[in-house]
Amino acid sequence: MSDVAQSQVSHGHGSGHDGDTRRDFLTLTASALGVIGLASAIWPFIDSLNPAKDTLALSTTEVDLSPIQAGQRLTVAWQGKPVFIDHRPAAEIKAAQDVDVSTLRDPQKDSDRVQKPEWLIVVGVCTHLGCIPLGQKQGDDRGPFGGWFCPCHGSIYDTSARIRQGPAPLNLLVPPYKFTSDAKITIG
Amino acid sequence: MPVTGTGRTSRIIRWIDYRLPFVAMLEHELNEYPTPRNLNYWWNFGSLAGIILVIMIVSGVVLAMYYTPNAAMAFDSVERIMRDVNYGWLLRYIHMNGASMFFLIVYIHMFRGLYYGSYKYPRELLWMLGVIILLLMMATAFMGYVLPWGQMSFWGATVITNLFSAIPVFGQKIVTLLWGGFTVGNPTLNRFFSLHYLLPFVIVAVIGLHLVALHTHGSNNPLGIDHKGPQDSIPFHPYYTIKDMFGLMVFLIVFAIFIFYLPNFLGDPQNYIPANPLQTPPDIVPEWYFLPFYAILRSMTFNVLGIPSKLIGVMLMFSSILVLFLLPWLDTSRVRSARFRPIYKWVFWLLVIDVLVLGYCGAHPPAGTIVIVGQLATFYYFLHFLILFPLIGKIERPRPLPTSIGAAVLGPSGAAGGN
Amino acid sequence: MPRFVLAFAAALALAVVHGGGARAQEEAPPAPHQQWSFEGVFGTYDEAALQRGFQVYKEVCSACHALKHLYYRDLTDLGYSEDQVKGFAAQAQVTDGPNDQGEMYQRPAKPSDPIVAPFPNDQAARAANNGALPPDQSLIVKQREGGPDYIYAIATGYKDAPAGFKLNPNMYYNEYFPGHQIAMPPPLTADGQVTYADGTKATIPQMAHDVTTFLAWAAEPNLNERHRMGAKVILFLIIAAGIFYAAKRRIWAALH
Repeated sequence: MSDVAQSQVSHGHGSGHDGDTRRDFLTLTASALGVIGLASAIWPFIDSLNPAKDTLALSTTEVDLSPIQAGQRLTVAWQGKPVFIDHRPAAEIKAAQDVDVSTLRDPQKDSDRVQKPEWLIVVGVCTHLGCIPLGQKQGDDRGPFGGWFCPCHGSIYDTSARIRQGPAPLNLLVPPYKFTSDAKITIG
Repeated sequence: MPVTGTGRTSRIIRWIDYRLPFVAMLEHELNEYPTPRNLNYWWNFGSLAGIILVIMIVSGVVLAMYYTPNAAMAFDSVERIMRDVNYGWLLRYIHMNGASMFFLIVYIHMFRGLYYGSYKYPRELLWMLGVIILLLMMATAFMGYVLPWGQMSFWGATVITNLFSAIPVFGQKIVTLLWGGFTVGNPTLNRFFSLHYLLPFVIVAVIGLHLVALHTHGSNNPLGIDHKGPQDSIPFHPYYTIKDMFGLMVFLIVFAIFIFYLPNFLGDPQNYIPANPLQTPPDIVPEWYFLPFYAILRSMTFNVLGIPSKLIGVMLMFSSILVLFLLPWLDTSRVRSARFRPIYKWVFWLLVIDVLVLGYCGAHPPAGTIVIVGQLATFYYFLHFLILFPLIGKIERPRPLPTSIGAAVLGPSGAAGGN
Repeated sequence: MPRFVLAFAAALALAVVHGGGARAQEEAPPAPHQQWSFEGVFGTYDEAALQRGFQVYKEVCSACHALKHLYYRDLTDLGYSEDQVKGFAAQAQVTDGPNDQGEMYQRPAKPSDPIVAPFPNDQAARAANNGALPPDQSLIVKQREGGPDYIYAIATGYKDAPAGFKLNPNMYYNEYFPGHQIAMPPPLTADGQVTYADGTKATIPQMAHDVTTFLAWAAEPNLNERHRMGAKVILFLIIAAGIFYAAKRRIWAALH
């Protein structure tokens, strides 16, 4: 091939388009290996930023519900955030179920937000800008719907913790949880 | 060579280059910059040093995201990194063994310079900047070793900071200032962490100067003769980029063997014991790369002219590095490369052996024959630079130099090939 | 460059780097080398040995020695299930609190808790052990020159003091401990001291071997992954080095 002969005549001007296919294959393979190597080497550095094993070990919280009486509310910590547990009395359950879902900003049926109707479990972080709404303690302002009231910008939640008035766009989030027994749940 | 072409990439590059000639600079330094065609593999170690520095900074920055520089929590934070952080063990072992690799590479790089006369005219400042980089590396490594807060961290810091008390009049005040307290403690650890994070970036800046100085006159070469024309040089890219990449792969194999199979071989088991200010370990020993200097420090066992031996030891230790600054003027030879210097060629190896003997002495407690051997080795170290360097240059008859690099490489003399 | 000088230099360098080793053990013979499943390039922890070793630790060592850098959840590495690990954890009591009354209280440990220490602090540990502090075992294998060989040697190295050797009160003679006097009474005293769950005969050497394997894991839980990754990385690098060398030769061939 005349291209190969030509590259042997031209002394040492390395880069350029000689068409030496053997060198192109080698260069290509070498470059590919270099890129793969670099990408594989970088991954551990990036993955090390992900939550470490001890952080992940705290990603679930178990709660014993038996001490919570009907009408009482409890706040527990889960992944560093407050979770509201509301042992709802019959009146609160009825008020939640009777709401016309189509009038809600974030339409959700109460039955879609609870596993057992007397237990409402939601993350206590306002979906507007992240404050913790009032309503968990005795004497707190619960707002006109008997749910929760966020003092920062006036978001008002009902007895299913759905947004009814104020700037928050979404209902309070329901975390993943399951009943490990009649009176115990694991959140997360 | 201006970027030609009408594609969008070429237009963007020209737009940037007109305002900040970055690509043009790269083109110049990589493609046009004349590199001697006869560099051997001992010339790989400069780029290797740069790459290992980048590895150290990247691994260090990520480790710093999990490390806590508080005396009560430092050791545990390192254990947390080793056990719970994703790939934490890998990051830690990379950083720990990378420090050793960094010194190994830089020492080889320096010995290359000593053998081939790379410190001689016109590269004196290049060499001196290198010695400054070495000093910065030593300070960085010393402080870094304190951070895990093991027994060796604490006691090594205590011994070395106590050295400053040898300074007359102000010594103890300086030590208290360094410590931020009455012993090595939490204030010391915190400030060492701060400085350990800072100094590598100072090293980067000095390396920038080092490279500017290098590019002013170009690299030395194994023959030690200046390049006389275009037949002596080849463009850095692709010849030395590919050679550096190959050398990098070989180095990474060695590095990987340490990280994955011998991660604690170069370290001291006692540093896995949390620091205990009330219990001194039976032997206080620095990491291997400090051992020769440690031996020089301990070599002075008697006072001289009323000056305490401790102070002389400290002065000798610092002098052993400061003498390196003077090399370009201590060496009287007109010829750079040891290839053409029949006497120096052998004396060079005496220095290598001497440094290793010093290292061996530094590793062992100063008792019995170790003491006298260490003293002799210290004596030889200074003899080598202060007496032999000037003397050999004067009495030696150098072999005739080839006319040019090109002639030596391409001509009938054959063996000196460019690889 | 004379090759022999290079070789001599390399040998000296090796002596320098590892010269520190023998010092601490000057007064006692070096620990004889044992076979470990986890040594060598392809070494891994033997899971059965780990579980037996954990059993020895739990039934013999944990009375005095803490393991504070490990969590109960780490025990899943040994092949135990989540439920078994919850069971191990629940056997220990952890101080938690303060509660709403401001009091500290006890509760069973969870997998996310660190392994509970036998003593609340060093002073209590010393008081219960004639003034000697039983060291935490999380890192002991990496803290001692000789590593697992040394730990095994200590565990099996108890013997009667030779004639004329002055043994201080509350000390025991050990062949491999520096100075030969160790404050720890022999932990492994009789065959069958532990009844292994997997039915292996629990001789003293067997128990010593298993508990050392367990302690090696405790000090370096990531060894299996490290060896595996190392093999892959080095294989990749060897191939890459070969390719880069070929590319280098090819590119440089244009020069001659």
